[in-house]
Amino acid sequence: MPDDHAHSHGDAHGSELSEMEVRVRALETILTEKGYIDPAALDRIVEAFETRIGPRNGARLVARAWSDPEFKSQLLADATAAANSLGHAGRVGSHLIAVENTPQTHNLVVCTLCSCYPWEVLGLPPNWYKSAPYRSRAVIDPKGVLVDFGVTLPPDTAIRVWDSTAETRFIVIPMRPAGTAGWSEERLAELVTRDSMIGTGLALEPQMAATA
Amino acid sequence: MTNSLHDMGGMHGFGRVEAEPDEPPFHERWEGRVFAMQRAVGFAGLWTIDAGRASLEALPPLDYLGSSYYRRWFLGLERRLLRHGLVGEDEIAAGRSLHPGAALPRTMAAADVERTLTRGEFARPTNQPARFKEGDRVRAKNINPATHTRLPRYARGKTGNVEAVRGCHVFPDTAALGAGENPQWLYTVAFPAPELWGPEADPAVMVSIEAFEPYLDPA
Repeated sequence: MPDDHAHSHGDAHGSELSEMEVRVRALETILTEKGYIDPAALDRIVEAFETRIGPRNGARLVARAWSDPEFKSQLLADATAAANSLGHAGRVGSHLIAVENTPQTHNLVVCTLCSCYPWEVLGLPPNWYKSAPYRSRAVIDPKGVLVDFGVTLPPDTAIRVWDSTAETRFIVIPMRPAGTAGWSEERLAELVTRDSMIGTGLALEPQMAATA
Repeated sequence: MTNSLHDMGGMHGFGRVEAEPDEPPFHERWEGRVFAMQRAVGFAGLWTIDAGRASLEALPPLDYLGSSYYRRWFLGLERRLLRHGLVGEDEIAAGRSLHPGAALPRTMAAADVERTLTRGEFARPTNQPARFKEGDRVRAKNINPATHTRLPRYARGKTGNVEAVRGCHVFPDTAALGAGENPQWLYTVAFPAPELWGPEADPAVMVSIEAFEPYLDPA
């Protein structure tokens, strides 16, 4: 299988081409012919994850938390219940946990053992989240990882890393950027990037959002 | 398997994290199909999510490291289908069905998809009181089971603080073996970086794991 080692970054950028397309098509044919799967169900799953289930859902939670202290308390106490109380974009199952960045503490989420991720609110994880470089280093060198993402924090900031080793899932509430007083939730949500809800980024500054 | 390459926390040498701007959910069509196939076949309930993870961990180390994420999923799915007798080696080789399918407990129709877009519930009721409470000092056991576990190597033998009690949940170590849910209390346990990585580590860094009660001793 000559494609196996074609990628110098291992699993960081893996996309084997024709060999995998052929093998996957064959398996789908076998499973369909045997009555185990319905390709129409597969179409619908792919469509949902390509179009509906993404970080906009999480950004709305964060924007609401920034705007509504009561909601933020609920989110920190029981993120699953708080997310479901908004009633948008599908239900959130068990067991979502929100952690809040403060001037004193920055949170970073990883799954060193596989790829556990709050996909209901952030969509499917990006390749880097599932990659060996991130999974290996986030727990031993989180500041180095933040440097890779261009994030620099004040030197006295404590770093808190959450390794998602069970069925609990973590979403970071980034700090609200200055200069956003009076903004609507819709506008605020534009500042909330996926990475800021994993902890590998910060929320956008107002002037960055204007050009994004 | 436990001490296999999937347990990467703290390893060196993999290089910098490289993010891809505007990354799509799937880079190739087949990745989406593998993702969806895994969910559709998983819907039959023949194996647990933990058995699914265990099958990826059992891939030969070079296959694990040399495969992209969804290729790993594909290889794991193939292994499970073969092991459960749902698909034959001859069919994989031929690329088509050669025998009638087995009867599955259920199959996923398009109309079922919507309700599978919410994560399942892994919390379970229990009559057992939690052994630990918030603030307790605990030591992660030094265990090395040859079968699936969710206690990462870097935390074994290390002492930390119980930060939260998360309820009682399906225990992956037994669920992966098909040996039942065996629900156990789950805790967030936080370790200062120097406890994990030695005195040179940054004391301003704290790392937590989600630890099941059988992983922990009082400290």
